[in-house]
Amino acid sequence: MKIIITTVSPTIESEVDPRFGRGVYLLVVDPDTMEWQTHPNPGASASGGAGIQAAQFVTEHKADAVISGDFGPHAFEALHAAGVPMYLFDNSRTAQDVIARFKAGQLEQVGAATREDCHPEGKA
Amino acid sequence: MRIAVASGKGGTGKTTVATSLALCLAADRTQTQPAPDPPLFLDCDVEAPNAHLFLKPTFERRQEVGLLIPRVDEARCTHCGKCAEVCQYHAIAVLGKKVLVFPQLCHGCGSCTLTCPEHAISEMPDVMGVLESSTADSGIHFARGVMNVGEPMATPVIRQLKKWAAPKPDQVVIVDAPPGTSCPVVESVRGADFLLLVTEPTPFGLHDLKLAVQVGRELNLPMGVVVNRDGIGDGGVDNFCETEGLPILMRIPFDRAIAEGIAQGQPLVDIHPEYRVQFQEMLMRIAKGVSGSAEQITSDESIPLFEATILDFKRKLTQGRNRKD
Repeated sequence: MKIIITTVSPTIESEVDPRFGRGVYLLVVDPDTMEWQTHPNPGASASGGAGIQAAQFVTEHKADAVISGDFGPHAFEALHAAGVPMYLFDNSRTAQDVIARFKAGQLEQVGAATREDCHPEGKA
Repeated sequence: MRIAVASGKGGTGKTTVATSLALCLAADRTQTQPAPDPPLFLDCDVEAPNAHLFLKPTFERRQEVGLLIPRVDEARCTHCGKCAEVCQYHAIAVLGKKVLVFPQLCHGCGSCTLTCPEHAISEMPDVMGVLESSTADSGIHFARGVMNVGEPMATPVIRQLKKWAAPKPDQVVIVDAPPGTSCPVVESVRGADFLLLVTEPTPFGLHDLKLAVQVGRELNLPMGVVVNRDGIGDGGVDNFCETEGLPILMRIPFDRAIAEGIAQGQPLVDIHPEYRVQFQEMLMRIAKGVSGSAEQITSDESIPLFEATILDFKRKLTQGRNRKD
C-alpha cells in the first residue's frame, strides 16, 4: 500500500503541511513497511493549477490514498476523477502521527472540496 | 497615437484623467478643418469598467468574447499525457484513464490540440464576457469589455477588445487600464506610444507607482506622471519622479468639489472647465515625448492641439518604419 502526505520538510519526521496543492513536500510512504521517500511538490511553485499538478503527481505514483489539511476545487475534481481517496489529517501535527491515525482508521475521508475557491496564487 | 492611462495603486484617478483627456481631444478636433476622427476610448478595466459613467455612451454594437478551450474525444484518447505535458497552465490533466479540462485555467493557446498525436482534441468556444461599443454624444468613439462574474482571467477579454475596436490610422486612442501591474495591465498598455501613470502623493501611491514604472520600463514606453489629490501625503512621489527623470505632467488638487462631482458622474473638465488648458498642455507634452522631436515641435505650439498630435503620430510612424529598415 502507498499513501501520500503533504509535509513541510523532506523526511518522515517532518511536520505536516496543511496545503495540498502548495504543500512543500510530498511524502510517499508504505504504512505497512514504513518505507518512505519524499519529493518536492510540483505544484508548490506553480503560478497556477497547483492542485492539478499535485494531483497528477499522486496519480502517477499510483497512491492508494492522499492525506492533507485541505483540498481545493481543482485538486478535488482531479483526485476524485482519478479515484484516489482523500483524507484530512485534522489536528495531527507530524507525518508519523498521521500514518498511525490513518492505520487506525481515525482520519476523515473527504467527499467534497474543502474550499470553494482556489488560493489567490492559483488565479491568472 | 495611443496613450495608456495606468497606475499601480487602484483608485488614484485613472478614469478621471482618461475621460477628461478624451473629452479635450474630442472638443479640440472641431477647431481643425477637415475635422479628424474623434478619439477612441478603450475601457480596458474589464473586471470593473466605469468610464461609461462619465462619458455616457449608448452602446450600439455588442459581441460575446471568450477563448477556444479543448474538448477531448474519449474514444480516441489513449491517455498518453502529451497534452498535459505541453500545457503551461495545467488546464488539462491526464489522471490514469481520465482526462480533465479546467476551463478557468485555460489560456486558449491551442498547444494541446496541436500536440495530440491521436487528434482527439477539438476546440470549443467558452464565453467569458462581452464587448460593447458606441459613439458618445461628445463624439468620442467608446468601447469596453465586460467580463462575466466569476471569470478569473481578464487578459483574453482585453486582447480581443483591442482587436475588435481597432482605431483608424490617424485616430488617437485613450486606453483606461485596470489597476495594478499584472497581466491585464501589461496587455492593456502593450502597444501604447505613451504611458501616463496616475498616482497620489502618499507612501502607498509611491510604492505602487514604482511597480508601475518598472512595467513601463520593461515595455520600453515613454512615461509621464499625473499627481492626483495633490496636497495630501508627503514629497516622496516628487522626489522619486525627479530622481528617475519622470516628468510630472499635471497636478490635480485634493478638492472636495472634485470628489463631489466625480461621485455624481461628472467628468473633471466639466467640474473645473479651467482644467482644459492643463489637459491640452499635457497632451502637447505627451505628443512631444512620443515623437522625441521636442525642438521641432516647440515652435509649432500655436497650432491646434489635435493637428499637432496627428503630425507627431505621422512622424512617429515614419520613424518607426525607418528603424525597421
